[in-house]
Amino acid sequence: MMIWSKVETMSREEIEGIQLDKLKKNVSYVYEKVEPYRKKMDEAGVKPEDIKTLKDLSLLPFTTKQDFRDYYPFGLFAVDKSKLARIHASSGTTGKPTVVGYTKKDLEIWAECVSRLAVAGGATNEDICQICFGYGMFTGALGLHSGLENIGACVIPSSTGNTEKQIMYMKDYGSTLLVATPSYALRIGEVACQMGLNPKTDLQLRTALVGSELLTEAMREEMRKLFGDKLFVTQNYGMSELCGPGVSGECRELCGMHINEDHFICEIIDPKTGEVLPAGEKGELVVTCLSKEALPLIRYRTRDISRLFYEPCKCGRTTARMENLSGRTDDMLKIRGVNVFPSQIEEVLLKTEEIGPHYEIIVDRKNHSDILTIRVELAPAAMTDNFADLERITAKLKASLRTVLGLDAIIQLESPNTLKRFEGKAKRVTDNRKGKD
Amino acid sequence: MKQLTVFIENRPGRLGEVTEVLTENNINIVCLSLADTSDYGMLRMIVSQPAAACDVLSSSGFPAMLTDVIAVKLPHHFGQLKKLCGKLSAADVDISYMYALTSGEGAAIVLKTSDNEKAESVLSDEYTLMGAAEVYNL
Ligand SMILES: [Zn+2]
Repeated sequence: MMIWSKVETMSREEIEGIQLDKLKKNVSYVYEKVEPYRKKMDEAGVKPEDIKTLKDLSLLPFTTKQDFRDYYPFGLFAVDKSKLARIHASSGTTGKPTVVGYTKKDLEIWAECVSRLAVAGGATNEDICQICFGYGMFTGALGLHSGLENIGACVIPSSTGNTEKQIMYMKDYGSTLLVATPSYALRIGEVACQMGLNPKTDLQLRTALVGSELLTEAMREEMRKLFGDKLFVTQNYGMSELCGPGVSGECRELCGMHINEDHFICEIIDPKTGEVLPAGEKGELVVTCLSKEALPLIRYRTRDISRLFYEPCKCGRTTARMENLSGRTDDMLKIRGVNVFPSQIEEVLLKTEEIGPHYEIIVDRKNHSDILTIRVELAPAAMTDNFADLERITAKLKASLRTVLGLDAIIQLESPNTLKRFEGKAKRVTDNRKGKD
Repeated sequence: MKQLTVFIENRPGRLGEVTEVLTENNINIVCLSLADTSDYGMLRMIVSQPAAACDVLSSSGFPAMLTDVIAVKLPHHFGQLKKLCGKLSAADVDISYMYALTSGEGAAIVLKTSDNEKAESVLSDEYTLMGAAEVYNL
């Protein structure tokens, strides 16, 4: 297997040398260009010149999702709008999305980062890559798109939806590489079977680069069963704030995700105290972007739980690896690849007068697809003697949820006082996906 | 005449709980119809004291309401229901739903229509309509 960049095989000293050099420049850059950083650093009593070693990174304040909300839309940007080459956004809690921007150089580095992960996962310039991520404001599709084009592969930007047509492209154009969420990949395999095809023999897929959703080993096994042993599945990691996909990805050894360390420094902290934890310990992943011009993030709290390993990998890469994610520290749900905050759902429910204010959110995985069920209570005043009225209430709720979340939900109407009540912090979300896998 | 409508989720035991509340309050169920979808059910009943039943069920957490319906005696003859439906349809009255009622010596049906008053006048020349008191005390 090929290694895309020689940076991936440097010694730790070389990698850390690059990191320190870039970190110093980057901290000076944000201190000068981005007011919120300057304010935070001044408050913490840190000056750019205090960063003398990589360990000094821990002196710097964290950046959080809240900063994106507070400085919406461009407050965290370090360049003038005229310098931007692209803007992406991801869904936000209160209708306001998280906006991220790229300069031309940022886009080039992003593509380069994705190229490395794609190659680590088995992509080559011979591949015909079908991208079944939703295009649009979401960073996933265009991120993989550019990274795969960058290695000289052929890209089919088929996006999501119309699964039968997807399979037709796949079969007729001979796609060899699939980009999708794990659940959509399984769905594609299922539909192919329903169409009378044998995914093992009728499709030529040999590489799958999955992401944007938790890939469990059970899912990976399920994909192997469906598409055959010739399909090698790796996952990669990123989030729009950090650049999109491209932060890290699995190699064929499947022992964690190699981090693009010349562009990102990863730390693991105790999410409660904020203290940096030693290598190998489990905690919240914090990422500092070293190369971004438009949106240079310092110590961004990802809320993802992972561990870091620094030993060289059997694949030949020496870059640090992060353990495949085991969960999130906050309550954001990723449903069918879409970020969903319970507060978004709550907003819709509270605006609907036919139902009471109590609700429960249940996420299940059935037939490899995420199912969102929302239990609500029928308001006594909305009582009716016919089903048509009840259907109208559920249809209305579904439509509003679809507008806000971009997802279909199952609405379960209940009698008043049947749902759980809470004292203090409510736990309204039940995610049954982890246990089942 | 009032029908009691109760909303119940499709969960084991819910129907039993409704009947329990009614029994505890000495309310007699004259007849009922349970319609359901995969998610929830609608229990339509004629009971001995509709207003009281509605109150006790509501306070016990069951969404309940009263709806106007009519009850018509139906002779045990072939094609009677078809004929009755034809009469209503000719008068432009839509039937929302209906269910059977046993009225001692014969059959009867409970009807909810788009225009109960008109339905009663259309049917009154050929059918025997049942009064509320008569039905409640069956
Ligand atoms: Zn490796």
